[in-house]
Amino acid sequence: MIEIHNVHKSFGDAPILKGVTCTFETGKCNLVLGGSGTGKSVLLKCIVGLLKPDIGSITFDGTIFTNNKVEIRQEIRKQIGMLFQASALFDSMNVFENVEFPLKMLTPDMSRAERRDRVEFCLKRVGLEAAGNKMPSELSGGMKKRVGIARAIAPNCTYLFCDEPNSGLDPLTSIKIDELIYEITHEYNITTVIITHDMNSVVEIGDHIVYLHKGQKLWDGTKDEILNAQVPELKEFIFSSSLVRAAKRIEMEGGSLEEIRQEPSKDI
Amino acid sequence: MVKVFGQFLLFLQSMLVRTERVKVIWNRTLDEAVLIGIDSILIVSIVSAFIGAVTCVQIAYNLINPLIPKSTIGYMVREMTILELAPTITSIVLAGKVGSSIAGGLGTMRITEQIDALEVMGINSSNYLVLPRILGSIITFPLLVILAMVLSILGGYLAGTLSGAMTAQEYVEGIRDTFIPYNIVFALIKSVVFAFLVSAISAYRGYFTVGGALEVGASSTTAVTHSIIAILIGDFVLAYTLL
Ligand SMILES: Nc1ncnc2c1ncn2[C@@H]1O[C@H](COP(=O)(O)OP(=O)(O)OP(=O)(O)O)[C@@H](O)[C@H]1O
Ligand SMILES: [Mg+2]
Repeated sequence: MIEIHNVHKSFGDAPILKGVTCTFETGKCNLVLGGSGTGKSVLLKCIVGLLKPDIGSITFDGTIFTNNKVEIRQEIRKQIGMLFQASALFDSMNVFENVEFPLKMLTPDMSRAERRDRVEFCLKRVGLEAAGNKMPSELSGGMKKRVGIARAIAPNCTYLFCDEPNSGLDPLTSIKIDELIYEITHEYNITTVIITHDMNSVVEIGDHIVYLHKGQKLWDGTKDEILNAQVPELKEFIFSSSLVRAAKRIEMEGGSLEEIRQEPSKDI
Repeated sequence: MVKVFGQFLLFLQSMLVRTERVKVIWNRTLDEAVLIGIDSILIVSIVSAFIGAVTCVQIAYNLINPLIPKSTIGYMVREMTILELAPTITSIVLAGKVGSSIAGGLGTMRITEQIDALEVMGINSSNYLVLPRILGSIITFPLLVILAMVLSILGGYLAGTLSGAMTAQEYVEGIRDTFIPYNIVFALIKSVVFAFLVSAISAYRGYFTVGGALEVGASSTTAVTHSIIAILIGDFVLAYTLL
């Protein structure tokens, strides 16, 4: 469980985060939802320690992370897997080496054969077992994200952070990535935090959703509660999509979202 | 200015605390050394051979006094190349080549969040990325400077004998005249200092790139200019203190 308590962060005199308090639970897909420029990425960078909050604290399973000793912070960081908004693969290494890299660096006593098995397992998990020899520049955006996920989960992380895992992907690939993250989270019981502004992900995998608006948390709850949330800013955000409006209408007329999801596959 | 210098020192310090395993850094250092060395052999060879040739021809052109023996030409070519031209010109050429590649490489890693990715994994990114580049440069610069010395003396020999300015025997006589071994030591000290200046300054510029592709280009350019200025100042300071 990750607890965020009263985190403030400003750049110069522009306040970005104005006292965010929330918790991300273990074994769940925790979504951070919010418009562009509301400070979602800044919050994530504060959590993983790439930025230092001005005020406030972040606690990983009871261990304080912010302002703690470097050694303790390093220990926590070794349990963190992160998928960056632009994947951030090491472009001097091929796919296999990218996934192997955290293992090489963080678990030096692992033998070469064990490492190879683990990398092959992770690549298989994301459906890229054939792409090991490719360089990052030869991959499509969706493949890069999947390699990024494989690299993040390779060293058995306890915390997984994904910054917009499905931005810039087509709806089908984007659902596949969402499902992958969801399965991994529940399979290994890890604490996953996903930043998104994709309503589709919200209704698919949002075990716990935090809505950020202008640097503040305005709402949190589950995917079943979000369509009935009574926060005006959130309502405006959600129902800006006509797809969601249609879904809501169907639900009010007595249908259920599960049925709609089943429909297309019946037709085919 | 003072602030930048302070930040530079802190950067160097951050590189040395919490280091990764020695084996990892050593392997990375060898990789970088091979990269820097092999890539630069050709350009260093061409530049130094021509510098030696031009030095020889110009000295021959200026020495018209019949009382000065022709072997003086060889002697002067040796002194000039070993003391000044080989270490300094080679380092300036390498500042352009190695400096821009270090700054460009690190700058790209910064803006594409690869450095952040290392940090999130709990790896000291400046230690992992920068220290091997600096050590790699410190290993290869002196080797390239030795190559440059040999080739510029050879270049002088070829230019001198082929143009008929003197005989081979006169040149070799000049080369062997009152040789001071310390000069070579001094040149190697210079090359180590220049290696450090070029790699550390370029790494600093690249590592702290902010922005996008345009800024990476700008970082490379400033890295090269600042490295060259640092080499020239360092050259003066070393000549003043060690000679
Ligand atoms: N390093 C920085 N220096 C100054 N300002 C910054 C920095 N990083 C972010 N900001 C500012 O913080 C605000 C929030 O940025 P952030 O990247 O968190 O947005 P976001 O919610 O992730 O948006 P998006 O959904 O578009 O990714 C922006 O206005 C941005 O200009
Ligand atoms: Mg963002």
